Amino acid sequence: MQHAEQLVAGARTVASATSPSPLLDVRDLTVTFPGAAGPVQIVRGLNYSIARGETLGIVGESGCGKTMTSLALLGLVSGGGKVDGTIDFNGSNLVSFSQRQWQQLRGRDIAMIFQEPMTAMNPVMPVGRQIGEVLIKHQKLSRRQAEKRAVELLASVGIPSPARRAQDYPHQLSGGMRQRAMIAMALACRPRLLIADEPTTALDVTIQAQILDLMLTLQDEAKMSIQFISHNLAVVSEVAHSIMVMYAGKAVEYAPSDDLFANPLHPYTQGLIATLPDPDKQVKRLYVIPGRVTSGITVGCRFASRCPRADEGCRRTEPEFVEVAPGHHVACHKVGS
Amino acid sequence: MTELLTLDRISVDIPLDGGFLKPKTILQAVNDVSLTVSKGETLALVGESGSGKTTLGYVVAGLRKQTAGTVTFGSSQRNADGSPPVQVIFQDPFSALDPRMIVGEIVAEPLRLKGVSAKERLARAAEVLGQVGLPPEAAGRYPHQFSGGQRQRIAIARALIAEPEMIVAGEPLSALDVSIQSQVLNLLDDIKQQHGISYLFISHDLGVVRHLADRVAVLYLGRLMEVASRDDLFATPSHPYTQALLAAVPRIGKGRRKKEQILRGEMPSPLAPPSGCVFHTRCPRAQAICRETRPQLLPAPGRPTQLSACHFKD
Ligand SMILES: Nc1ncnc2c1ncn2[C@@H]1O[C@H](COP(=O)(O)OP(=O)(O)OP(=O)(O)O)[C@@H](O)[C@H]1O
Ligand SMILES: Nc1ncnc2c1ncn2[C@@H]1O[C@H](COP(=O)(O)OP(=O)(O)OP(=O)(O)O)[C@@H](O)[C@H]1O
Ligand code: SF4
Ligand code: SF4
Ligand SMILES: [Mg+2]
Ligand SMILES: [Mg+2]
Repeated sequence: MQHAEQLVAGARTVASATSPSPLLDVRDLTVTFPGAAGPVQIVRGLNYSIARGETLGIVGESGCGKTMTSLALLGLVSGGGKVDGTIDFNGSNLVSFSQRQWQQLRGRDIAMIFQEPMTAMNPVMPVGRQIGEVLIKHQKLSRRQAEKRAVELLASVGIPSPARRAQDYPHQLSGGMRQRAMIAMALACRPRLLIADEPTTALDVTIQAQILDLMLTLQDEAKMSIQFISHNLAVVSEVAHSIMVMYAGKAVEYAPSDDLFANPLHPYTQGLIATLPDPDKQVKRLYVIPGRVTSGITVGCRFASRCPRADEGCRRTEPEFVEVAPGHHVACHKVGS
Repeated sequence: MTELLTLDRISVDIPLDGGFLKPKTILQAVNDVSLTVSKGETLALVGESGSGKTTLGYVVAGLRKQTAGTVTFGSSQRNADGSPPVQVIFQDPFSALDPRMIVGEIVAEPLRLKGVSAKERLARAAEVLGQVGLPPEAAGRYPHQFSGGQRQRIAIARALIAEPEMIVAGEPLSALDVSIQSQVLNLLDDIKQQHGISYLFISHDLGVVRHLADRVAVLYLGRLMEVASRDDLFATPSHPYTQALLAAVPRIGKGRRKKEQILRGEMPSPLAPPSGCVFHTRCPRAQAICRETRPQLLPAPGRPTQLSACHFKD
């Protein structure tokens, strides 16, 4: 609870950078797909970790690799994609897992919720029954027990008349209620890590606020870790202890939330912040990050074509990802250590 | 001031087929809404999903007939088909652009209906594509060859080519990247400055509205909760629902919001709207009178032009 109070005052704070061992520790994570002109790296050398009970926010524009990063954690990269590096989850390296091991892990230790629950839920099965299936699979409950537990779970995510709602098919629920049901399903086996991929993007701002609050409340209760993905930094700022900003498959800035907002260092992060309409301030003109993500560039800084500070050096050599202050990492030639 | 658009006590009832052996029911999508928009003004319609924004926008654009009330245009201009000088930009540019037509044809469609020659249509299409920041070659390509932000621009170009006096615009999809959203908002602003067009701008996010609107109308269950100038609405929101919408906008650096700031529950079914004040089932300020008596839309204390429908308005 003390946790919750700290958060009201400002951005969420990282408990301790030196806590014993994080739940998740990702090193040099790379996802490569075969392309017409040779292999294409969709995710390029990510390094990050998530402590127990904490939330990492991942932000970046469409196509930067946010979903691919999450799929890699779940062993769900398909279409010939290859995952390299190490994914240390609670002491095991997931990259070397067999399909069987993945299947046991998914939904039990790591669960995922999606932007549009309709795509992740079975449209022809009542939601209570779907949640029950997860419990039968991983917790070996009888169908009776599982469906009873499903109703409890639906109640715990704030769905009114849960016993009746359990009988509903996904399309009979409102968008907000569907997302709650999806969360109930994801949390059925009390996973240690919850991956939330744009979980509120399709919702009204009012319902978004409810869902974010629900996730944080459940996190406080269960001490689970969350990897929270969004293209909107303001949304991420409400939930994350630390934030990784991605651009074209790479991390360009990674820092505790407070540091990132107090002192955003990468020009792309600065642009993402400036571009948001501010409900508390009247501006003449909204900032726009010029141009758009250019694919196919293989040398220099990937952001150079849109960066107001780019020079010849930027276009020639790719900046290293360096720690410029404790826990604050940046990949930019113009930001010194 | 002469008003370009006057909506007087508009209601839209939608008859629903109850299904097998069930009686027909009436859904009140819009209920007794009166609003005006003057020339060159942007009026934002704000409210949660299902509050009636699109239905009201359709009435203004002549795409749906109201069941009661009158719509008056203070302009003699009419579109080719006799409809009012209003164009619509739909919220979802992915489904609104015909994938089999090239962009030049899509954009020039309103002129084809007017009987403008093919040659002139092409010239005008190139011109409006330029106005929305797309190169002339764009005219020869198909919609799927463009990014989300560019498709938004194509939809805007198609609306512009008919030289409307008013555009009904859904907010650029928030699912689009934030940088695309800000580009589109800036573009709408530029067009307004250059052409003196009025907008009816539809959104659920007051943060997005602040940049573009001159005035804001807040809808809930098809009814007006508050109507005010942008500055009044943001500085001193009067209605509890407006205050809740404002508190829900995500903000950088504020951290987790307080529980009491979060609007509880969801909008009730429009088939069974609550008695009295329709917002009372979710309102943190509700009293007994709210369940019984429907509040009138009246000026907020000391602010004659800020109207609010609440027994306990600020
Ligand atoms: N099966 C695939 N084969 C090759 N490339 C792929 C495949 N799936 C995705 N990609 C590419 O990988 C990149 C990253 O995709 P990803 O879905 O992770 O982006 P994202 O950051 O989640 O974007 P969004 O915000 O749009 O969801 C994109 O450029 C996409 O086109
Ligand atoms: N053709 C229709 N048939 C049945 N109900 C309808 C129809 N059109 C609108 N409605 C209902 O009318 C009400 C108002 O809908 P409308 O689309 O105007 O809301 P909105 O504010 O635009 O919502 P959103 O933010 O989801 O676009 C809703 O309850 C909706 O379900
Ligand atoms: S390295 Fe250069 S181009 Fe890249 S972000 Fe830094 S200043 Fe901009
Ligand atoms: S009339 Fe009552 S229920 Fe309605 S908004 Fe005002 S205080 Fe709330
Ligand atoms: Mg994605
Ligand atoms: Mg709508």
